Formats: sequence, structure tokens, C-alpha cells
Amino acid sequence: MVTLTIDGQRIQAEEGTTLLEAARDHNIYIPTLCVNEAVSPYGACRLCLVEVTKKERQRLVASCLYFVEEGLIVRTDSERIALIRGMIIELLLARCPKAGEVQELAKRLGVRESRFRVEDENNLCVLCALCTRVCQEVVGQSAISLVNPGTDREVAIPFYDNSDACIACGSCAYICPTEAIKLEDVGDTRIITMPNCRLEFKLKQCPKCGTYWAPEKQLEYMIKKANISPKVFDLCPDCRE
Amino acid sequence: MTTEVREIEDSVGAVLARYQRDEGFLVSILQDVQTKLNYLPREALLKVSQGMEVPLSRVYSVATFFKAFSLKPRGRHLLHVCMGTACHVRGAVRVLDRIEQELGIGSGETTRDLEYTLETVNCVGACALGPVVVVDGEYAGQMTSDKVKHLLESFD
Repeated sequence: MVTLTIDGQRIQAEEGTTLLEAARDHNIYIPTLCVNEAVSPYGACRLCLVEVTKKERQRLVASCLYFVEEGLIVRTDSERIALIRGMIIELLLARCPKAGEVQELAKRLGVRESRFRVEDENNLCVLCALCTRVCQEVVGQSAISLVNPGTDREVAIPFYDNSDACIACGSCAYICPTEAIKLEDVGDTRIITMPNCRLEFKLKQCPKCGTYWAPEKQLEYMIKKANISPKVFDLCPDCRE
Repeated sequence: MTTEVREIEDSVGAVLARYQRDEGFLVSILQDVQTKLNYLPREALLKVSQGMEVPLSRVYSVATFFKAFSLKPRGRHLLHVCMGTACHVRGAVRVLDRIEQELGIGSGETTRDLEYTLETVNCVGACALGPVVVVDGEYAGQMTSDKVKHLLESFD
């Protein structure tokens, strides 16, 4: 156990805990956009910025990636932090003016409008990389990744056309905080819409009740991964004995 | 399988043979492949992904991230026109204009005969020589639009 101070509160935390986790355990609010317990921290959104003081030196760190240390003094809401967070949220607002999660955070941080020019008002992707992380770490497929540098950065499948690795599970759409990736089942087809492409996958029909209940590719993947009999997935969950 | 694809796969195979199967070598491997093939064809990235057992999306992510990698065929000669501040004020724009005219391509493009690829860079660290054009790694300093034609001819 290490002892540290967050916003004047003396806190004990297990070694290997991040500042963000320690703060949240004690009901101290730090805004985040790219954190999800399902995947490892990544430090993309920078909203979780906090000020740490060590040996009388102050610096700003991303609390989702910074581990607790003995004697560390942490401030989660100084004037300097408010200024920088405000700037980040303004940039995010200009990038994704229609993203609900961004709007909510801006409201909570007291930012009403962005001083920056909106380039594409329909852009919903904040590049938090939750989708690529969940695909890699949880699903284990890495069907999508972040491509291109700098201002051209975006989520994409390889070559923008190769969806071989995608099993249509929809984890990316589920975890996306801003609905930049959408999932829709229409009849016998699952449609996954990403900012730059639209993917279609066949759904398996239950021979008993006729519902299209799961993507064929996902079932094949599960059968292979768990080494189970394909018979398990003959019927939909509702029709199984 | 076409002979072209086989050639690409053989080249990649030869590069992979020199490396351990460690994702950390990905950039070095792609550099070697590009040195051999002059660019990174789709088949090469597929082969690297298979050979290294690294997801294709990861290979594609790395290949598109660095400006040094090109997914499109590049010319036999690489022209880098420096657009840094020092070169800029000394007329780099005019030099670039003239090169684009002479070659009939824009920045970032390759001539149809695959002889030249033209790119701009933001500073090559030789400001005293500006305007600078780097041709196949050779620095040509104090470039003027009048000297461009001579420069291009000297590399034929």
C-alpha cells in the first residue's frame, strides 16, 4: 500500500493502481472519454490530466496511465488544469459538434462553445481508440486499427476494404462512446457502419422460430475458439432445450 | 499466382528470414521491404502479417503512419523539395513549380514511367544551402528554377 494525497485528501491505494482509479475509488471526479474497464488504458483523450507534485516539482500527467506513488501530491482541479481541459474539450467540440458524450462533458466542464472552426459537423469519432482496443484485447481479432498520421488519423479496416478479420460481433459499435460506429440488423443482414465504410454480414437463421439471431462469422469464430461442436449453435438461445 | 505476386512474396520472405518473430521489428522489416521493392505493395503487407503473425490491421496501421513508407509505387529517382522556412523565403515555391512543370506531376505523385517521385519536406537541416532539393539522398543546394532542368537531366 502507498499513501498519497489527492485534492488534500490522504488516500491509501494498492501499488499498481492508476491515479484515476484511486481518485474514483474515493469519489473524486476526473473527466474521461477514452476509459473503459473492458480494455487497458491508452491516454488518448487527455481529459484526465492531473497535476502531480514530486520533490516540489509540478507537472501534468494523464491520470489514467500514471501509477500511484508514495507521498505523491495530486490535484485534479487547479486553474491550470481547468484551462487545459477547457481547451481540449473545445477542440473536441470543434471536431465532433454532434457527439452527445462530448456535449455532455463540455456542459459539465462549463464550456458552452468552441472558439475553433468546425471542419466536418458530421464527424462523430473522437479517436479514443476504444473500438480498436476492444477488438484487439477482448475479441482478439484486431480487425480494425487507427491508420494514417496526424490530421488524417482515422479508424479503418486494412486497405479500407479488407474485413476478413471482422467477425461482425459489434463490440466496436457497443463500446463506441459517440456512436461513430453503428450496428443494425436488417432481415438476414448485419450492417456495421464506420465513418469511412459500411460492412455487411450474413446472419444465421434459427430453423425452429425463423429469427436471424447471430452473425455466421461470429458463430464460426466461437466454435473454433472454444473448440465446441457446431451443433450447439443450430438453434437460437430461445429455442434451445 | 502471378509472377509479380510471387516476386513480391519471395522478396518479403527473404527479409523476414533475417528477423526474429517479434512485432518490435515491424518498422525495420517494412523499411527493408520498401528498400527492395521501392514501395509497400498490398501483397507485401499481407505476407508480412502472415509471416510475423501480426494482425494485418496492425501492419497497415504502421505502414500508413510513417511518411517514409509508401503504399503506392514510387519512381526510380526520389526528389525531395525542401519547403522549410529558409528555403521558402529563398524561392523554394518557384523551384517546386518548375519541377512540377518539367515532370508533369504534382507533389506526392510519381511520373507515369516510374522514373521520378516528387515529394515536399519541411526542412532537411541544410538551411544555409537553401533552396535545397534532395535527389536520391544527394543534396543539391542553391537551387533556382533555371537550374531545375539541368538537375533533372543529370540524373537520367
